[in-house]
Amino acid sequence: MTKYRISKTRFVDQTKNISFTFDGKAYHGFEGDTLASALLSNGVHLVGRSFKYHRPRGIMSCGSEEPNAICQINDNTDLTEPNVRATEIELYDGLRASSQNCWPSLSFDIGGINNLISSFIPAGFYYKTFMWPKGFWKKIYEPLIRMSAGLGKSPTQPDPDIYDHKHEYCDVLVIGGGISGIISAKIAAKNNLKTILIEDKNILGGSTIYQNNKNFIIDNQKSNEWLMNEISELEKLDNLKIKTRTSLAAFHSYNYLLAKENISDHLPLNKKNGSIRQRLWKIRADKVIVATGAIERPLVFHNNDRPGIILANSVKKYLDFYGVATGLNNIIFTNNDSAYESAVSLFEKGISVKIVDIRKKSSSSIVKNAEELGIEIYWHSTVVNTFGYKKIKSIEIMNLSEDGSNVTGNKNKIQCDCLAISGGWTPMVHMHTQSGGKLDFRDIDQVFVPIEKSENHINVGSCNGDFELKEIVKNTNNKVKKFLNINEDSLDKISVLCSKELEKKNIWLLPNTITEGKTKSFIDFQNDSTAKDIKLALREGFKSIEHVKRYTTTGMATDQGKLSNMHALGIIAETAGVKMGTLGTTTFRPPFTPLTFGAIVGRSVGKFFDVMRKTSIHEWHIRNNAKFENVGQWKRPWYYPINNENLHEAVQRESKAARDSAGILDASTLGKIDIQGSDASEFLNRVYTNAWSKLGIGKCRYGLMLNEDGMVYDDGVTTRLGENHYLMTTTTGGAANVLSKLEDYLQTEWPELDVYLTSVTDHYSTASICGPNSKKILKKLFPNKDFSDVAFPHMSYQDAKIDKIECRIMRISFTGELSYEINIESRYGKSLWESCIEAGEEYKITPYGTETMHLLRAEKGFIIVGQDTDGTMTPIDLQMDWIVSKKKYDFIGKRSLYRSDTIREDRKQLVGLLTDDPNEILEEGAQIVSELDKKPVEMIGHVTSSYFSPNLNKSIALAVVKGGKKLKGQKLFIPMENKNINVTVSDFIFLDKENKRINA
Amino acid sequence: MFVINCPYCGERDQSEFSCGGEAHIVRPKQPTELSDDEWAEYLFMRKNIKGVQFERWNHAHGCRKWFNMVRDTSNDKIHAVYKMGEKPPVI
Repeated sequence: MTKYRISKTRFVDQTKNISFTFDGKAYHGFEGDTLASALLSNGVHLVGRSFKYHRPRGIMSCGSEEPNAICQINDNTDLTEPNVRATEIELYDGLRASSQNCWPSLSFDIGGINNLISSFIPAGFYYKTFMWPKGFWKKIYEPLIRMSAGLGKSPTQPDPDIYDHKHEYCDVLVIGGGISGIISAKIAAKNNLKTILIEDKNILGGSTIYQNNKNFIIDNQKSNEWLMNEISELEKLDNLKIKTRTSLAAFHSYNYLLAKENISDHLPLNKKNGSIRQRLWKIRADKVIVATGAIERPLVFHNNDRPGIILANSVKKYLDFYGVATGLNNIIFTNNDSAYESAVSLFEKGISVKIVDIRKKSSSSIVKNAEELGIEIYWHSTVVNTFGYKKIKSIEIMNLSEDGSNVTGNKNKIQCDCLAISGGWTPMVHMHTQSGGKLDFRDIDQVFVPIEKSENHINVGSCNGDFELKEIVKNTNNKVKKFLNINEDSLDKISVLCSKELEKKNIWLLPNTITEGKTKSFIDFQNDSTAKDIKLALREGFKSIEHVKRYTTTGMATDQGKLSNMHALGIIAETAGVKMGTLGTTTFRPPFTPLTFGAIVGRSVGKFFDVMRKTSIHEWHIRNNAKFENVGQWKRPWYYPINNENLHEAVQRESKAARDSAGILDASTLGKIDIQGSDASEFLNRVYTNAWSKLGIGKCRYGLMLNEDGMVYDDGVTTRLGENHYLMTTTTGGAANVLSKLEDYLQTEWPELDVYLTSVTDHYSTASICGPNSKKILKKLFPNKDFSDVAFPHMSYQDAKIDKIECRIMRISFTGELSYEINIESRYGKSLWESCIEAGEEYKITPYGTETMHLLRAEKGFIIVGQDTDGTMTPIDLQMDWIVSKKKYDFIGKRSLYRSDTIREDRKQLVGLLTDDPNEILEEGAQIVSELDKKPVEMIGHVTSSYFSPNLNKSIALAVVKGGKKLKGQKLFIPMENKNINVTVSDFIFLDKENKRINA
Repeated sequence: MFVINCPYCGERDQSEFSCGGEAHIVRPKQPTELSDDEWAEYLFMRKNIKGVQFERWNHAHGCRKWFNMVRDTSNDKIHAVYKMGEKPPVI
């Protein structure tokens, strides 16, 4: 055993040695240790440097509130994890941990210079300093701030661990496995309620499990022994599920809670492999019992942050739970009775301990116990300074004045190697407030306690402000019984004895002889904010607690102010002379403790990140070297490079082939909605801008759909399959939204219409063949069909069969070429495609992707909704007046087309742009100006589509330009980073204005 | 995350639903008769109440039916759920 491992306990198995490293140095601990307890057992207190002043810092607590001991775990590039609390890491063989925020080493840290110049970097330093001169920002300030910002190092490689999500339901969820949680869970489970008890530590019992003091007796047993029995009884209950190593992250409305379970973090390296690391539980509970306990408060005095200054109850836990003495020469500095339990524990283990108490006396049994043991107590005194750079060596104490506002008498220097501090307790009301609960301020012991209003959750134990053992047991029992409608319980008559605290005193900021400006009385240890900073913020006019918090960064570190928020509030209240309860608190937001990104995303990584939709022809595209593009969730062939072609070369070849002979496109991803019902025509009349009643059966028509605000929403060709039967196509990305919109109108505005909508996007595959030779290819595929322009004109459809399989042929065109689209049941999509390729071989049929499709339609001036439009374009802006029916009384968006704003003549309107240099290709999104010399230059539009057209042998572009309709022939400019490009406004139809090719 | 009692399917998790904003805004039968201001009133103006609000909801990942819901936006308490076309309850 090491010097500081002074006793055996039932919680640490001292037969199982575990080796680990900290900052590269090898140490030993035992199974059951945390990294913190193992370091302390080796006498290591110094574990990190503070964020701003780089002051040496030591382990301060034993739980999730730890502000100082935050470590980097592992050093590999994929598994390394920053900002992990040493107090929460269960020791395992092979653990490699290191300190953060120091360079070159923890022991010698250059950043420590900040401590010497600290009077020049007060609160708000960054806001005040990095304002000027302007030119300094990019080259000097930003790199400087970036270098000193952040704690720890992020992994640079993807996380190889597996994370999981799981849903869970229960009648009663108990949060917290301390004594009140155990009592609650037992009552619930014994009364046939499906109960879950979650606890963030690896074992149940909270702080009572190591409470072996004779002043705390339940049912004639020491409280820890009584609780041990209760736990073993719990484990026998069938309808109770106990989840240890599980911390509650969030408590949302309707009792929906998120909890993170650590599954393999504590396992030795060689046993972690392949197992799930963490699981996020999504729990819906009928009733929630919050039993999250309380956190001990520090005391705020000059130099209260040295390594070796530890919360008093943590000292007791390290001693009685882990068997580790945090010091051999201890002083306890307190304002309350609970710290005396630590003193008695230390004394009984034969460890030297003295007590400094700010109160004049205390007459409780635990204090009497300490006095009887002969522990020296300095009443009505305060610590005014501490000494020791990397570890505390001594303290100075002074007497308090009568009212406690000042110090009197002489300084008394006392040697020590550990200073245990206790400023009372703060109920952990985070869960209560997260769920929407409100708080009340209790003056007598200066705590915020929950106001119980919800029917679906209650708070029990010390998170409810019950601090004394008797209160905890009795109140928890009564409250839970009432909450769950239970009449009797075995605890009803149980006897509880405990020490009772009668004398209370609290001083948020302890007085000193040194002027305040020269003290370093830390409030937020992790963010290095001091009492001085808070007072400065108040002097500078900040009043709201939320503002003071942000200005001083108090409570904004990874511990989210678990230790600091109350002191900040207290000092603000005192300084501003207001009652503390009236200030309110800062908002407690989830998660309670930091969550890993892994736990949040669960399995939704890599190929499970999003749904990937593939057409039935996808395999063929892969075999033929397609490069893919994401369109919504779809994978669409983008282009099909041959040999080493780049995008441009492939697209030029594909585009030329489609116009010169034949091209083929997989158009299966376009949205398809089957519309049936006796009012189908009327319905289309209302949702499209053009008229539909007179469309003949077997005919196709292009339709434009607006939003009620008059802006273009979607477009596509709809085919009349029968009297009351249509097939609508939508854009690939818009399919789901269009269906939702149509359903909305049908269900809410026009329920009287007899119309049925079915999404059939996935049911049909579509091969689109275009080009002057397309008709010949179709003839080969369907030898019995008459493809003459009379029998099968443009914008019509016919049923057909290929190898006995029914299909639909639409003669429609998005390229301006003679073009056919064949729709077939998806399972035959690939064989249809292969037949088309085979039939087209003699015409060198060329598969083309979305890029070529975009180019070909741009040559014809066809818009793409979402590329040439952005939700602010009306059909009039797009110069598509021809498709807006003047005769129809109403359609979606009609009224908006003549609002004062939509009839403005200077709206952005669709135009074509030709570059003066025909080889210059504009950048899509580039801004357009009419005058170059004007300052500030006015942007009058932007380029929406731009390509080099191989068929026209020049660059073409579509753009939206203010008042563009009237600008034809005008010169405009596109200012780029290194040059200005001259363009001329043109017609946006660049090729075949007479539509001759469609019947070629 | 609420639990919503879909009038067609029963209680389901909120993640199955999408909210369609304020309820009982009827599309004018004769939009052409309206002034710009009257049309804008229908098109843009929504109350966004802190307190009891009547809302449209859609069981998007379920039966895909639209229905109305009365919800207190300050505490997410759901007071009533009723089908489209039914009279709103008095809350």
